Amino acid sequence: MVLFLTGHYPIVHVFCNSVDSTSTSRSDRSTHAAKTPYAMSSDNVSTSTEFSPELRVLRDSNKEEPQLLPKESVQDMAKDVTYICPYIGALRGTLTVTNYRLFFRCMDREPAFVLDLPLGVVSRVEKIGGASSRGEVSYGLVCKDIRNLRFAHKQMEDSLRKSIFEILMKFAFPVSNGLPIFAFEYGQVYPENGWKVYDAQAEYKRQGIPNESWRITKVNDHYEVCDTYPSNLVVPVNIPDEELKRVAAFRAKGRIPVLSWIHPESQATVTRCSQPMVGVNGKRSKDDEKYLQAIMDANAQSHKLFIFDARPSVNAAANKMKGGGYESEDAYQNAELVFLDIHNIHVMRESLRKLKEVVYPNIEESHWLSNLESTHWLEHIKLILAGALRIADKVESGKTSVVVHCSDGWDRTAQLTSLAMLMLDGHYRTIRGFQVLLEKEWLSFGHRFQLRIGHGDKNHTDADRSPVFLQFIDCVWQIARQFPAAFEFNEYFLVTILDHMYSCLFGTFMCNSEQQRVKEELPKKTVSLWAYINSQLEEFTNPLYVNYSNHVLFPVVSMRHLELWVGYYIRWNPRMRPQEPVHQRYKELLAKRAELQKRVEELQRDVTNRSASSTERAGSPTRSITPVQTFV
Amino acid sequence: MLSSLGSAGGKSAKPSFVSYVTPEEIKSEKEPSRKEKHPDLLPGEVVFCSASTVLKYTQDDLSQRGVFGVLLCTNFRVSFVSDEAPTEEMLFKNKLYGENDIPLSCVDNIYGDKRKLITGGLVKNKYPSKMIIHCKDLRVFQFSLSFSKEEDAKKIFQGIVHHCLEPKSLRCLFAFSYCENTSYPGSYSYCREHLVSSRSLGFLLFPVYFIVPKNVSDEDLTKYQGKGLPMWCWSHHSGCALFKTASIPLVQEDNVPQTYMEKMLTAVAHNHLYSVKTEDLSDTLPTVQDILLSYNRFKQFFLIDNTTEFWMSDMKWFSSLDNCGWLDIIRQCLQKAVEVVESLEKENTNVLIMEEGGSDLCCVVSSLVQLMLDPYYRTLLGFQSLVQKEWVAGGHAFLDRSNHLHLKDKVESPVFLLFLECVWQLQQQHGPAFQFSETYLTVLSDSIHVPVFTTFLFNNDGHRDSLLRAESPHTQRSPLNCPTVWDWSVQFDCKAQDLFTNPLYTEKPKQDTSVRKSYRPRHLRQLSLPSSAFKTPPKKGFFKDEADNLKKILGVKRLSRWMLSPSSDSPQTSSSVREFYEAWQTKPLDYHGLLLPCLDGPSIRVWMQRYLRWIHDVQILGGGPVAMLSKVSEILGEVQELQRQLDRHGCTLTSNHKGARPRAKTAAAVIAARSSVRLSSSFPFVTSRNWSFKPAIPTSLLQSLMVTGMAGNLADREDDGGPESLV
Repeated sequence: MVLFLTGHYPIVHVFCNSVDSTSTSRSDRSTHAAKTPYAMSSDNVSTSTEFSPELRVLRDSNKEEPQLLPKESVQDMAKDVTYICPYIGALRGTLTVTNYRLFFRCMDREPAFVLDLPLGVVSRVEKIGGASSRGEVSYGLVCKDIRNLRFAHKQMEDSLRKSIFEILMKFAFPVSNGLPIFAFEYGQVYPENGWKVYDAQAEYKRQGIPNESWRITKVNDHYEVCDTYPSNLVVPVNIPDEELKRVAAFRAKGRIPVLSWIHPESQATVTRCSQPMVGVNGKRSKDDEKYLQAIMDANAQSHKLFIFDARPSVNAAANKMKGGGYESEDAYQNAELVFLDIHNIHVMRESLRKLKEVVYPNIEESHWLSNLESTHWLEHIKLILAGALRIADKVESGKTSVVVHCSDGWDRTAQLTSLAMLMLDGHYRTIRGFQVLLEKEWLSFGHRFQLRIGHGDKNHTDADRSPVFLQFIDCVWQIARQFPAAFEFNEYFLVTILDHMYSCLFGTFMCNSEQQRVKEELPKKTVSLWAYINSQLEEFTNPLYVNYSNHVLFPVVSMRHLELWVGYYIRWNPRMRPQEPVHQRYKELLAKRAELQKRVEELQRDVTNRSASSTERAGSPTRSITPVQTFV
Repeated sequence: MLSSLGSAGGKSAKPSFVSYVTPEEIKSEKEPSRKEKHPDLLPGEVVFCSASTVLKYTQDDLSQRGVFGVLLCTNFRVSFVSDEAPTEEMLFKNKLYGENDIPLSCVDNIYGDKRKLITGGLVKNKYPSKMIIHCKDLRVFQFSLSFSKEEDAKKIFQGIVHHCLEPKSLRCLFAFSYCENTSYPGSYSYCREHLVSSRSLGFLLFPVYFIVPKNVSDEDLTKYQGKGLPMWCWSHHSGCALFKTASIPLVQEDNVPQTYMEKMLTAVAHNHLYSVKTEDLSDTLPTVQDILLSYNRFKQFFLIDNTTEFWMSDMKWFSSLDNCGWLDIIRQCLQKAVEVVESLEKENTNVLIMEEGGSDLCCVVSSLVQLMLDPYYRTLLGFQSLVQKEWVAGGHAFLDRSNHLHLKDKVESPVFLLFLECVWQLQQQHGPAFQFSETYLTVLSDSIHVPVFTTFLFNNDGHRDSLLRAESPHTQRSPLNCPTVWDWSVQFDCKAQDLFTNPLYTEKPKQDTSVRKSYRPRHLRQLSLPSSAFKTPPKKGFFKDEADNLKKILGVKRLSRWMLSPSSDSPQTSSSVREFYEAWQTKPLDYHGLLLPCLDGPSIRVWMQRYLRWIHDVQILGGGPVAMLSKVSEILGEVQELQRQLDRHGCTLTSNHKGARPRAKTAAAVIAARSSVRLSSSFPFVTSRNWSFKPAIPTSLLQSLMVTGMAGNLADREDDGGPESLV
């Protein structure tokens, strides 16, 4: 994890030797790219060696074509294509398009230059200008992962033949072209079924639920009460299912307040929902009021309830025009409403667009910080973190239950509850715990990944697209940077999650809700990202992880401690890459410890055997050696 | 209750501090009858004046909370002694001054009521009810004098202002009375090299020994009082070398200086194998005045009187940082150093850097070049000798630049701090290459303002010698014995000193150490030896043998020519530096080879430990670099324990592992002894006692976003649906 070390050390990304099917990540640095193998080769399916990167390096070092994944097939190939690299300059090579990726290889350089990106990353393809003086046509690829690629190739003499970029358009946007997304074809077998990582009942059981105040209801078993909620919901014991339905009528999209997390000691809870349908006339719902009272009563430690509305108050008020709004203090006795001033998805999308302008391809040396500030990106990150911090503080220090909502409760609400839970509960800071957190707060509670990312959809101007999840991962990175030993996973883990959110290789981030995923039979037809990640945990483990057990993390949400995530946003710039990942040194250290431990154990065994055989020396000094403690 | 704006500032002034005793309580129960308290005075320390029942506020002045105690002014410090029982001993305790002491030279500014800046000389019979002291190590103290007797209050205020702000003579500095009263052992033998008093050449600016090209005659040496005389700094293994000089004004009627300069340049180039490139630093780098100006703006961001102010400034943090230009000055210095490194390393030319005095930016650049090129200077001893060589012996006017004496005609400027800043940048980019830690640099930067060490009290060697000799109470033969800053035991005990080493330092692999047999200082010189054709000033043949050796090795001669560098501001230079960096970057990293800094925007950072350590609201409790450090120390401790177990069995591991050396043993113990959960990002400067575990919730979050307005009216749009659903 290393990666989080700043303050002292450069931020490091863990790019070397990473086994990553997207391998997009390393593209522009030819040395790395050349080394980057594919996680899943078509042959050699499930032996354990397949995850050893070295083997594959040898195998594919001199090929013009990419090594294909299962069910991946080459769609077109063109020689003499120019890739205009913003860092190296024009490179001439061979371009291959498959139903999964774009692969460009330039053999003129030593080592060969490779660009390998999943088509899912492409946001749009543009033909730039007409034929140039040299008779070349130029294409620009705008990518979802903060980069733009430019290619040029000779004008086709045979005008009937489709250019490779038309083929590319087809496979980059399968949804718009009536084709299946590659995740549904890809059939790699992994040792673990990643879809089993999250079991709602087991997770609630871990939290101690059901208990005397909370029960798991099946009222949404067939997604009838709320089609964007999961089937398992945790609600106060004394509210019967019939009343839940009436509450649902008063909450936008039927998203009633349900439990996300409960404090193991104080029983203070984090609950989430959507806005109440108050409207201009200030409608009230006795059922909703009773329901919130029940949430408050479930926590004997406090006679108050905090309602955190993620929106700026102005926006919350404006929502009344459309039937929404916020809880009024008259209607909800003992509840205190707090607005967290987090802006909507459109503001966030615009902010990221500006950020991309500032960081890609090159950073303007003068006024870097002012330019960064003008994107407001870190300001938004700060607001989200500050909101989550206030929630965690109320629950932990105030022992008070909180209700969190925004408008629909699937964007800002998901950011806030999951970040607060990450601060409050060390379990979510482990690799598997984090997977559970994502599966639960984001996927099962209906963050609309399909709409926000636009998988396989060519409509790049869609106003529903927004980097909400990216912001969340950025926030996680910020916390992990401040607490470099508190997370079991490293920066590479976070980058991998983001890369595969776009790659369309795994089914994890497909669809908008649990209901849709069940309907599409995603667990049956696609592979989960967690299967891939859990098959090689070492790559994603922070060597410095210390299990702080129940320690609550309160990050400092001052701009002084926030920093742009260079390892993600500026990773394409070769100048910003460290030569040796800092974590390398920790890994060496751990390896040395393991080696020594082995030696000591061997010796002890030796000595024990020997002293056992020769009984005359009972008081052997080696007896006094205490077994070595292992921490990893 | 329904609050309209949850994050509205101001009224939510709930103090985020654990409360101390309130003033009223104290007043009723504590009478001045009790004996006057004193801090433990140092040898030679004298109390000038004191006042009791002074209230020292906690950081947030809005809370109006604090502790009562006695405020004293001595010839060394301003000291506050709390009436309350002393709290737990700090781990990282400075033996010379405590957390409530401010060495007189460390006082930066004093403010009175309504934050009015107090200047010396104007204080007559009046005193403010509240006094704010900003320190050069960025601490902020706030005292209320309104509970003390009027006479005492007046006296202590005037005393502090007089001793901290008004001009004084060098002899008044505490070092002199301290050293007269301590029998300080002259154990710092290695540094003494530079202190030996033999003035032979008649100009005081220069160290006792220095190296000039061979064909510079003694006559040349004295011609312009040493100006325009290229002094050798360091030689590259290829034979080319770095020189620095004080420039002489070239515009003169008789052309003599010009001819002289040309002669000097030829001297540098001619007898050597390579050409010369000259760099006039005053052309391209900011002046010492610019540096001061920028730093004064920069430091204000960290001298926080109250938390509201702090959070208000948070939103504009990045642009404020940008506008003060401090990070840019750091970048420029590093870039200049990289340019010089490129000339030495890639083009193999000699480089002569010059500026007016030859002892400000010349020192910064020449030391940075050596840090980048020579791994020895990245060790503790090496760094120390680098500072001694380039700064102390190199004649940096420490006394004038820190202006301990508050003289109007001196140009104060934090040039040495600027150098440390640059070192910190290098260190945070290439951690394992440095033997010393961030804490070491921070402590070193603090020590500039502790007027005990001879290292930082004088303008040059000559100045030092004459003064120490004059002040000596004994015979003329033995000058006053004063500690240098490098004798860390004066300030810290061994345990605390362990924090100066970087546990992740990669030591040079064993086989190489046979080449460089010993770490004793005089052998170290071999590393950075002048190539050939050098001679030392006539008095000593200090380097002669070594130089002769090299001359034999480098038996080749090249045609010499010299050129002037093109104006370095041209885009060409910066792009060439960029290419140089990129070429270096593609090679495998060698922590014992050339190190270059990345100069792109995001890579130049704020030295958080130094600047944020006293600000309560930004302490990351349980986090920060120390969380990582403690884990590393723990692993190192285990590795050593295992190694010991193996050793006990008489078998050693043959593998020659880099890193993982037993050196961090005690540091490991120090940190591991305390649960890392309790440590904060301010470690080791602030302990977490008395801290609330409540997080600091930023106030006034929204303002800037609202004011700046978003592009279009995106902010008003609904989350879902297209533009038609504008609200």
